[in-house]
Amino acid sequence: MRRIKEAMLTFPSFCWLFFFFIVPACLVYILAFKTADYTGKILPGWSLETFYSLFDSRSISLTIRTMWLSILTTGISIFIAVPLSYYMASCKKELQQKLLLSLMIPLWSSFLVRIFAWKVVLHPEGLVKTVLVFIGIIDEQTILLYNDIAIVIVMVYSYFPFAVLPLYSTASKFDFQLFEAAMDLGATKRKSFFSIYLPVIFPSILTASLMVLIPAAGAYVIPEIVGGNGAEMLGNTIVRRVFLDNNLPEASTLSLLLSVVVLIPAIVIATWKASHTSQIKGYS
Amino acid sequence: MSRTVRWISYSAFFFLYLPVIVLIISSFNASRFGGAWEGFSLTWYQRLFHEPTIWNALTNSLIVAVYSSVLATILGLTSALSLHKYRSYLQKIHLGIILAPLVMPEILMGISLLFLFLAISVKLSLFTVFLAHTTFCISYITLLIKTRLESLENSIVEAARDLGASSWQVFWKITLPFLTPTLVAGWLLAFTLSLDDFVITFFVVGPGATTLPVYIYSMMKFGAPPLINALSTLILLFTAIITVIYYHIAEGDRS
Repeated sequence: MRRIKEAMLTFPSFCWLFFFFIVPACLVYILAFKTADYTGKILPGWSLETFYSLFDSRSISLTIRTMWLSILTTGISIFIAVPLSYYMASCKKELQQKLLLSLMIPLWSSFLVRIFAWKVVLHPEGLVKTVLVFIGIIDEQTILLYNDIAIVIVMVYSYFPFAVLPLYSTASKFDFQLFEAAMDLGATKRKSFFSIYLPVIFPSILTASLMVLIPAAGAYVIPEIVGGNGAEMLGNTIVRRVFLDNNLPEASTLSLLLSVVVLIPAIVIATWKASHTSQIKGYS
Repeated sequence: MSRTVRWISYSAFFFLYLPVIVLIISSFNASRFGGAWEGFSLTWYQRLFHEPTIWNALTNSLIVAVYSSVLATILGLTSALSLHKYRSYLQKIHLGIILAPLVMPEILMGISLLFLFLAISVKLSLFTVFLAHTTFCISYITLLIKTRLESLENSIVEAARDLGASSWQVFWKITLPFLTPTLVAGWLLAFTLSLDDFVITFFVVGPGATTLPVYIYSMMKFGAPPLINALSTLILLFTAIITVIYYHIAEGDRS
């Protein structure tokens, strides 16, 4: 009876995700070992031909570029999120709630709208450009949009709040009296921040990095809207292979590559956390 | 040290709201090209109400959002209940299958669903969008409900059982009322996730059945910026209201 009840409760969500998540994912990976002719028709039989194309110089440079841009985005996001979460956690409780809410409001608002807003901000005749030219940081000819810097700025903007959330949840449990204790014992503020606070939140820094790295590596809309002509990332190329070249096997191999790029850091971090759980209990 | 921390925090919030504010101001700019300020105007808002395609796309989005958020909430509820109640090997796999979509880049989910629909030759339409949206919403709702269930005192359930309540009665009289605010919050979350999704929808949407984000994207790519400013401002206003409601519910949930 218990068995039947369990099966009945588990069945709906399990089957749904099996059919609409696991099966489709397998389809993509199977298709990576097929080839298509120039019309996009998938040829019978198996082949490693498309798979080998991952190792040509074009694919390798594309992968390195995607990884570089997403790691840079992750680094900057962590650099913002660590002090921000520290600041939020050290505020009064009511203020904490308000800050958290103001962090979440943009996250809930339309993703496309927020990206588009940057197009307005970095517009050649826009406010930011005018101010920067006025201060003398850039000259009249500099174009703020359609380059890699624009991509990184908008990716940081879109994804850094996701990094703040896990960091804040650890920071809000942190006992700030430890600082007073450390300072009583003669540590400077800086020293106590680096040798007490950082080790405590380190596991959350890893989680936070993943929260940014995964969407950044798979970014498609951002490079498409604010990136330049040659500003391709893995995401764009996959979409191009599907809708323009109609070459599903090539899109599949690239998808396989993207999942590897995302999975390796995820597995490394998960393993590290699993082997260190005894030390970080209560804080993770 | 603390001065640096505060400085970075203030800048982060400034960074977060700068584009939103610029966007709202620009929506009242009379300029056709969205550049320099040419005076206050409500033209773009008026024009918005004379674009039937936008309203069509919005209707499509709302239809999909209603159906998929309701179904995802039901599936999320059963899923969270089984994960909470049983500790078997099956549940370990179940949890894995729930968590996996969360670590998969959206684009991969989009492409894989497209391949599925091609493989079983289902015509792309609003229906395929509904299937896709339900799929990515389940995980979020399950985790939300599961967290809430963990704070349900086991002693209350045991007391009810001692007094002779059947497991159905426990579910209807204790668990469900206890979960109601979370169910509403989860439904609201799924509703906005569905309403906002572009990347996955882009892959599985059929010709002639545009949703609002897909329409906005094509507008962004092919001109009409001032019109998007106005539309975006309205969307921002709408989501800000929903967010405040959501946290109001979530807060009541905690106390």
